[in-house]
Amino acid sequence: MSIIFVKDMCLWYGDHQALKNVNIEIPEKSITAFIGPSGCGKSTFLKTLNRMNDLIPGVKITGDICYEGTDIFSKEVDVNNLRKEIGMVFQKPNPFPMSIYDNVAYGPRTHGITNRVQLDEIVERALRDAAIWDEVKDRLKKNALGMSGGQQQRLCIARALAVEPKVLLMDEPTSALDPISTSRIEELVMELKEKYTIVMVTHNMQQAVRVSDYTAFFLLGELVEFGKTDDVFSQPREKRTEDYITGRFG
Amino acid sequence: MLNKSLSKKRKGFEVLMKALMLLSVGLTVALVLFLLIYVLGQGVPNITWELLSTKPSYLTERIGILPDILNTVYIVLATLLIVLPLGVGAAIYLTEYASNNKLVGIIEYAAETLSGIPSIIYGLVGMLLFSNSMGTCLMAGALTLVIMNLPTIMRTTQESLKTVPQSYREGAFGLGAGKWRVVRTVVLPGCVDGVITGCILSVGRILGESAALLFTAGFAHAVNGIIDGLAAPGATLTVALYVYAKEQGEFGVAFAIAAILMVLTVLINFAAALVQKHFAKRRSL
Repeated sequence: MSIIFVKDMCLWYGDHQALKNVNIEIPEKSITAFIGPSGCGKSTFLKTLNRMNDLIPGVKITGDICYEGTDIFSKEVDVNNLRKEIGMVFQKPNPFPMSIYDNVAYGPRTHGITNRVQLDEIVERALRDAAIWDEVKDRLKKNALGMSGGQQQRLCIARALAVEPKVLLMDEPTSALDPISTSRIEELVMELKEKYTIVMVTHNMQQAVRVSDYTAFFLLGELVEFGKTDDVFSQPREKRTEDYITGRFG
Repeated sequence: MLNKSLSKKRKGFEVLMKALMLLSVGLTVALVLFLLIYVLGQGVPNITWELLSTKPSYLTERIGILPDILNTVYIVLATLLIVLPLGVGAAIYLTEYASNNKLVGIIEYAAETLSGIPSIIYGLVGMLLFSNSMGTCLMAGALTLVIMNLPTIMRTTQESLKTVPQSYREGAFGLGAGKWRVVRTVVLPGCVDGVITGCILSVGRILGESAALLFTAGFAHAVNGIIDGLAAPGATLTVALYVYAKEQGEFGVAFAIAAILMVLTVLINFAAALVQKHFAKRRSL
């Protein structure tokens, strides 16, 4: 089952075309990795899926993106609700300068939950799901900026999970972290796919092999190849994919 | 070593430059110290409880600056109360909402220019704009000061808004927060220091302003409550200083007021530094 369908999508930054005729179906409850050299458009594409590109002036998009059968660009779609369904974790951990509790409760509060008991439950569940509850349960009132980088990133994942999204977009979530924090996040991501659909941009090809079920290879704004991770890495259909994953450029 | 005469010449030059720089530093410090000591020396002995707690009376020939102190407080409060929402609101709109960068640039340039205009021009405009319609009163003075301080509040808030990391906004938008919620919960708390600093700077400016108020707020020394006070003409401390020194020859009183203003200025600068330090500490956490 696919949860997101993309058909003939093109994207321009002003006059520069950053994405060319992208067609892809993102399978549900699995991990899809986007790989490709810097500037190939993979992050841009990721941010289009929950319309974070709306924030950048001068972006023009054509083609269709359907999430659960609804065109995400149609007038009936409330972009705030879309982003509630399709959450996002960023490259650099970006907790708000408030307490750990308030960080996680930010999303639910945004969507109208004010009941203290209910919030407590949501915060605990999200922090447990993000495998950070045991580390922070005694200092929920402490400022989140006092945590280590790896903890901050898991907090950001918890914050994203607290609004109960169905899809989680992750933009190079481990590139700013040390190896140990990276492996913890990777383990976490693999557990999360039980409940969530995960789309992850990564620069690290070993990471794509380790964690992902499907891999999409982008080059110069084109989606060159998309398939099961094992197939893409063991018997790529395209010469360009083979050249990239064997390290001939990138 | 190779050319002794040259190195000697250079050394002489070094010594000369150093001496000149020391001289300028010494002069600067001496001037500031002289001013401080002179004003405080002349003023402090003239500060009495009677001066601070009474109003002037022509019958007993007593001089008191209580009304001037109250007027100053009223005008500071009234100005801040009006200028804060205006300035902060404009800053939020320009930084967070406006999409026309060219227009924003023009507005910022205009604000920059506005804050450099001599205050007597504000006074002239304020007199024609406000005093002519509502009469010479503290409120007309406050409104004039609002125009004067609007750029300060707006620019300091804007600069502070720009220091709030874009990643905070992205994070909040990514959770499905709407624009206003992002501004209210993530952006504004991050720029409180800028707003407070702007306020403190403005208070300093209001305390020190005389030219704009000579035209608009009047010279009366009556003790009033805040509402009546704003509707009536009244002198602030700086205007009173001018009147006592220039028109009544009461230099003792003028210096007493000067000493009070000086101490207030030092306190305000100190408070501004304290706020900056407090928030810098919080930010680096």
